[in-house]
Amino acid sequence: MITRRLIEAADNRGSIFLALLAAAIVIVPILHLAVPPTSAFHLGTSAVALWGKYLCYALLALSLDLVWGYCGILSLGHGAFFALGGYAMGMYLMRQIGTRGVYAHPILPDFMVFLNWKELPWFWYGFDMFWFAMLMVLLVPGLLAFVFGWFAFRSRVTGVYLSIITQALTYALMLGFFRNNFGFGGNNGLTDFKDILGFSVQSPYTRTVLFMLSAFALALGYIIARWVVTSKAGKVLIAVRDAESRTRFMGYRVENYKTFVFTLSACMAAVAGALYVPQVGIINPSEFTPANSIEMVIWVAVGGRGTLVGAALGAIIVNFAKSTFTTGFLAPYWLFALGGLFVVVTIFLPKGILGLLPQKSEDTSSSGAPAAQPAE
Amino acid sequence: MTRAELGSTRRWVFALLALLTAAVFSFEARAQGDAAAYAKALALFSNDSFNDTDTAISGIAASGHPLAAQIVGALQDGRLLFSAETKKVLIKETSGAIIDAGTGEKLASEPAGLSNVRLNNRLRRSVEAALGTLTLMSPDPVRRLEAANAVFKSRDAAALPAIEQAIQKESDARIKRVFSEARAAIILYGSTAKENEKIEAISIIRDRGDQEARGLLAAMPADQTPGVQRAQAEALKTIDNSLAAWAVAQNFWYGLSLGSVLLLAAIGLAITFGVMGVINMAHGEMVMLGAYTTFVVQEIIRTSAPWLFDYSLAIAIPLAFLVAALVGIAIERGVIRFLYGRPLETLLATWGISLILQQAVRTAFGPTNREVGAPHFMSGATQLAGLTITWNRLWIIVFAILIFGALLAALRYTTLGLQMRAVTQNRRMASAMAINTGRIDALTFALGSGIAGLAGVALSQIDNVSPNLGQGYIIDSFLVVVFGGVGNLWGTLVGALSLGIANKFLEPYAGAVLGKILLLVAVILFIQKRPRGLFALKGRAVEA
Repeated sequence: MITRRLIEAADNRGSIFLALLAAAIVIVPILHLAVPPTSAFHLGTSAVALWGKYLCYALLALSLDLVWGYCGILSLGHGAFFALGGYAMGMYLMRQIGTRGVYAHPILPDFMVFLNWKELPWFWYGFDMFWFAMLMVLLVPGLLAFVFGWFAFRSRVTGVYLSIITQALTYALMLGFFRNNFGFGGNNGLTDFKDILGFSVQSPYTRTVLFMLSAFALALGYIIARWVVTSKAGKVLIAVRDAESRTRFMGYRVENYKTFVFTLSACMAAVAGALYVPQVGIINPSEFTPANSIEMVIWVAVGGRGTLVGAALGAIIVNFAKSTFTTGFLAPYWLFALGGLFVVVTIFLPKGILGLLPQKSEDTSSSGAPAAQPAE
Repeated sequence: MTRAELGSTRRWVFALLALLTAAVFSFEARAQGDAAAYAKALALFSNDSFNDTDTAISGIAASGHPLAAQIVGALQDGRLLFSAETKKVLIKETSGAIIDAGTGEKLASEPAGLSNVRLNNRLRRSVEAALGTLTLMSPDPVRRLEAANAVFKSRDAAALPAIEQAIQKESDARIKRVFSEARAAIILYGSTAKENEKIEAISIIRDRGDQEARGLLAAMPADQTPGVQRAQAEALKTIDNSLAAWAVAQNFWYGLSLGSVLLLAAIGLAITFGVMGVINMAHGEMVMLGAYTTFVVQEIIRTSAPWLFDYSLAIAIPLAFLVAALVGIAIERGVIRFLYGRPLETLLATWGISLILQQAVRTAFGPTNREVGAPHFMSGATQLAGLTITWNRLWIIVFAILIFGALLAALRYTTLGLQMRAVTQNRRMASAMAINTGRIDALTFALGSGIAGLAGVALSQIDNVSPNLGQGYIIDSFLVVVFGGVGNLWGTLVGALSLGIANKFLEPYAGAVLGKILLLVAVILFIQKRPRGLFALKGRAVEA
């Protein structure tokens, strides 16, 4: 029953998207592991890690699109949930280093030995167990989002006010994580990871598996998000986006819907962060910078707000462009390009890249780009 | 004039004459006595014994002879020579000339058989103390003050006679006070003074009332009479109380200063965001442009008209306003006007503009911090009782108040202000009353941006002028505006000052970063409680 509902949920574009992801899951490992390095079709380790990173960003953009595109909550602090998930994973990876660190302390990570700490802070307990770390990946950001959302939505903080306080949230976390005595490695963050579940994070096989997991998580995230937005609750979410007061007057508990979708989105962002860290090999407080969180919004806007597929696509396109731009002689001009992208997309492409494609009519009412703001 | 009167006058004259003569004789006698003591002390140098040299140093220092400072200085540098046969002491000047220390005459040639007066570590300390004592009499008040402070810190008992002498002679009340504080410090740390002298000394130190006075009292030798100990405890308590009060006042001042900076950064935003409802993420970059305008103005002045340097800020103020206002108009006409009524999109587009502006400035001026100087009246600090007040902070507070007042007046009394308020309250009605709303939008945005440019001039004095200057203020500014209540300039004022002061009072307890985090959390919680800020607009405008 649920399976049928899920399949129905994926529309035409979604099917193509899922098919592409499935293809990537099959083809990338073959190109990376089976094709000999001399061949023109061989994918290098860095390319696999890079594309794995893009997929994590895509999942993050998807989670943002779920709240922004379908519920009108412009979160400028989604990077915080992403980074918290990443830190939870990073803490597990740190505990796995064991005696192989520079100071070879059996329990304390290097930076704690360096800071002359004698024992593990209480919040690091349990992170040597994978299942516990994975639980925390979901629980910590989820709980933060739930509490934050519960307070914010119940007191009807909306629109730009909400955007600004989400930004303040990630800013406060950034300041905190930059502190050494906060217990998360301060400035340098967590790095020098050795292995995950006993497999070396450097090995091509682990990298391939992480890539496949990222693609799978993205697909799963898409299906869940799609399922939510096409459900009855999804209709309410869209109603909240387009006319919040009217929805409330009709008897819906707007704050409950919003809190639910905000928490779900935060958990998805956190999973993206957890998959991102072992592939990139580091997590540090700069992930919390407000500028990062705003940049995520432009991924969604470029791809097409309120389309899910577009958000994922936008994240991949923008980040691909960024990688290409910032390595060559064009590096100084990347910020011009990014800034220009913000302006051009908001003015000329309100529906994003997907809005340029011809759309099927049945789609426009529910998941097309949001209608203009309601009249006063 | 009668005879009797004449007689009395004559008596007076005689009496005066007698007094004068006596004074002259006694002065000469004293001078002779001093000269004799000086000669005696000087002769001790030639004995080539450390103990005698020590006696000689204090003798020379106490003599008040014009050559005394030169002799002790020469001794310190190893330029004091003596002849074992003639028992003469000679000063070799840095130029190489030889002076007879006894007579002050210059010798034609260096006599044979001279040797240096030797020093050891104990003597070097005596030399330093003697130099300190000698500068107590220096004609230069700044040097006297320095010397008095040095004695206050060293509490060298040997300096006591010199200090007492200096107190007699001193005419400057401020230096005299420091002298008596130094004297009190010596008395407290000596063992010879009587109880009532020590208690009096304690009260002098207590009246000084600063951190040093507290340290001095707290570290007093333990073997005191009960009366002295009681006075010491009471004085410590008094000092602690006054220090705590001054610390609160100082924190308040710092808070006021931070608050005025926040006010400057936020007040332009209060116009664009508060009055127009436009989220301008490029606001921080307007501040940055203002700061860079100041930099450019100063560069031009430095290279072509250095005498204008003290007026550079005055020149920069209108230019910064113009530059930022013009960029503001360009942004409003080029981008924002297509996005009215879509606040979230405006936020994104202006963020993009801020990235472009930052990168443009980085390309033009480089990524490093640029040096913006301060005119001389803005550099330095003054001490107001227990408060340290830096001039640049004081000027920034004044500047912020002036801008705030000018802005209020402009909105209240000018035609443009009237039209702005009209468009804000009811756009369509204003339009129906023949107000060109598009033009007003552009001008309002220009005004807000221009004020941000003015803030940049002020911030260039206290912050690093770099392409990231604006980034540091944007979140704070938004919080100030939202905290104070959107659309309300007074709310912005109260918001800025209370956030600034709260920040500075949290800092000593929680540290700078944690204090800031606490404040952010507090504002987030506050917005939950009052989503529309301290001074919320009521009525129809709320839902718009």
